[in-house]
Amino acid sequence: MACQGLQKGETLASLKTESDGLKKKLEVERGKLNDVELHQVAEKTEVLGALSIKTRRVLKGHGAKVLCMDWCKDKRRLVSSSQDGKVIVWDAFTLNKMLTSSGDGTCALWDVESGQLLQSFHGHTADVLSLDLAPSETGNTFVSGGCDRKANVWDMRSGQNIQSFESHESDINCVKYYPSGDAFASASDDATCRFYDLRADREVAVYQKDSIVFGASTVDFSLSGRLLFAGYNDYTINAWDVLKGNRVSILFGHENRVSRVKLSPDGTAICSASWDNTLRIWA
Amino acid sequence: MTINTLAKGGWHRDQMACFRKMEKVIVAMQDPDMGMKMRNQRLLITVIPHAMTGRDVINWLMQKYNMCEEEALHLGGMLVRYGYIYPLKEPRSLVLRADESPYRFQTPYFWTSTRWPATELDYAIYLAKKNIRKQGELMEYEKERYSVLHKRINHTWDFVVMQAREQLRASKQRRKADRIVLECQEQAYWLINRPPPGAYNILDMGLERPNNFSTRVTLNSDYYKREIEFCRRALGRNRVKSSICLEGFVKYSEQYLSHDPIMQGCLPSNPWISDDTAHWTMNTEVVPIPSRLRVERWSFSFMELLNDAMGRREFMTYLEKEFSAENLCFWQACEDIRHGENSRIVEKVEEVYKNFLAPGAARWVNIDSKTMDKTLKGIQHPHRFVMDDAQMHIYFLMKKDSFPRYLKSDLYKNMLAKAIVPQEVKKSVFPFMRRQRHSSPSPAQAVAQASEEEGRA
Repeated sequence: MACQGLQKGETLASLKTESDGLKKKLEVERGKLNDVELHQVAEKTEVLGALSIKTRRVLKGHGAKVLCMDWCKDKRRLVSSSQDGKVIVWDAFTLNKMLTSSGDGTCALWDVESGQLLQSFHGHTADVLSLDLAPSETGNTFVSGGCDRKANVWDMRSGQNIQSFESHESDINCVKYYPSGDAFASASDDATCRFYDLRADREVAVYQKDSIVFGASTVDFSLSGRLLFAGYNDYTINAWDVLKGNRVSILFGHENRVSRVKLSPDGTAICSASWDNTLRIWA
Repeated sequence: MTINTLAKGGWHRDQMACFRKMEKVIVAMQDPDMGMKMRNQRLLITVIPHAMTGRDVINWLMQKYNMCEEEALHLGGMLVRYGYIYPLKEPRSLVLRADESPYRFQTPYFWTSTRWPATELDYAIYLAKKNIRKQGELMEYEKERYSVLHKRINHTWDFVVMQAREQLRASKQRRKADRIVLECQEQAYWLINRPPPGAYNILDMGLERPNNFSTRVTLNSDYYKREIEFCRRALGRNRVKSSICLEGFVKYSEQYLSHDPIMQGCLPSNPWISDDTAHWTMNTEVVPIPSRLRVERWSFSFMELLNDAMGRREFMTYLEKEFSAENLCFWQACEDIRHGENSRIVEKVEEVYKNFLAPGAARWVNIDSKTMDKTLKGIQHPHRFVMDDAQMHIYFLMKKDSFPRYLKSDLYKNMLAKAIVPQEVKKSVFPFMRRQRHSSPSPAQAVAQASEEEGRA
């Protein structure tokens, strides 16, 4: 992008001042319509009882860290990729490996994916680590999160950065839309997950605890959007009450970092992928 | 294992957040008032001061953070793995035991974050000291590393040996208890920063993130002008009051609660829990009779109806009766363009034009003239999104008009009436072995509870 240069009467300092001033004004504007907090609105909803979610399946077969996975539409098969260079398609229900293939290292796959999609989207000032497509009627936006601590919402056709949220204190590892598409959640190295409302244009909840010390690497919602499952670098998965803000459950089992959690297409189970070379199905 | 010299800058940021947080916990644990009570621990014939048991650590964490024992054991375990607390017995096993095993706090001098990254020089001095002390009886892997280092930093080897000798001399002048403590501390540090081969490397941070904000982005006038432009646009944005937006989330979760298997279970049972695939069989894409929940869900929003293949088919049947099926066909054809292969876009756009937009087309769709003009113009240079405006127009037409009427129609009502509500399956293999059917109380239970409450009210 060609440098426009400074106009008459402008200095770099004056531009910085103007930019900072506008940013502050934007925060004030965002705060004006903030007439109630999420947990207050949620007071009338029922408190969630204890969930008894257990590991139902353990998928062993990768020879190294499992970095990524996703479910197939048929609700029981999934595909996973690992640093061992293999991509495996599993029937998670029967634990059968249906297909294995050696291919590019996951590093390359991952980079190529994000690089390709974001070639013409200017706005992040550091590596983009995650993106998610909006489940909306118009289906033209997606959200991205990255090492610049920003979560940005983009219009796919115009390439424009529609909204930007900068409240995390560290890298954003994962972003995921709320099922209705009106909000999204993020997971960050600052050990918090956050919930952003797109219509109110602000962060409306922070999911954190003093005792949760390690970064969150991945998030996904339950089907109704009431629960948020987050995988952490301390090998655990925490389930949060999205509305009330408290942690409902902690899932132990993995022996190394959790790299990905994903709800099955019909919402019956959560799959988690880990650096302990396994995948687990929780229900 | 090769000796790692990690690049500067890269991992510094990532690590610091969780290290700082762990250090806060550690500092709180050593608070004179609210911290842990420590005592002397006898190690063979020496008395080591300021020690605590694994049980002490767990109890303190449980109390401080109001957590269960499993979580306290887990968090305490991480503190040991990262070297903030080290075991006095079995020092090579960096695990937290929930018993009377003795532990000590690592001195901040040897916190991983303090001396980051661990240097080759320091490691060489450590190995040299150990070599002298044990008269050559190092562990195999230590011998290997020692000789590799010896080759690599040969030019400073005199300095290494001199330092090693000096440190050993100084430590001989300490009391035995202090000497043992220092040796334990140092050993713990190196077990973490140079783990033995095959051992778990806690400092493995995975894929690198070469994030250098300042080098990636030059803070020039362009950058600020872009920021200013973005802020101006953002300021002009329409925002909605929180009370309205947030209420939306409460309503959404309430509406979908009974559809959320993790929250409320599913009927007849969750296949992952019961090993019975009936739920999937009953809910395949096309079934003779759909479940009640599924048909109900079609009424939640127009998108829900369209997202379900059966719902779409039913809706098409309805539209055919109303002689407006071309709307749905058009919408589907546009979806196909949006999500289809690049190579077929031109051909598909032509088909759509011929069938739906051309004057006198067999299935002409009713679009307003402005949108029609824009679309026709766009068709001359077809691309993936060329039909978007027209598609949106027809989508909202169906949503506002046909959809609500469909929900009131006999077609829908009959479908709902004959939809299946599966029986909850409670099969047991043995009479005394009850398997958990649901993550949460089952829907059948919820209905029973509700009617109970109704009875009482």
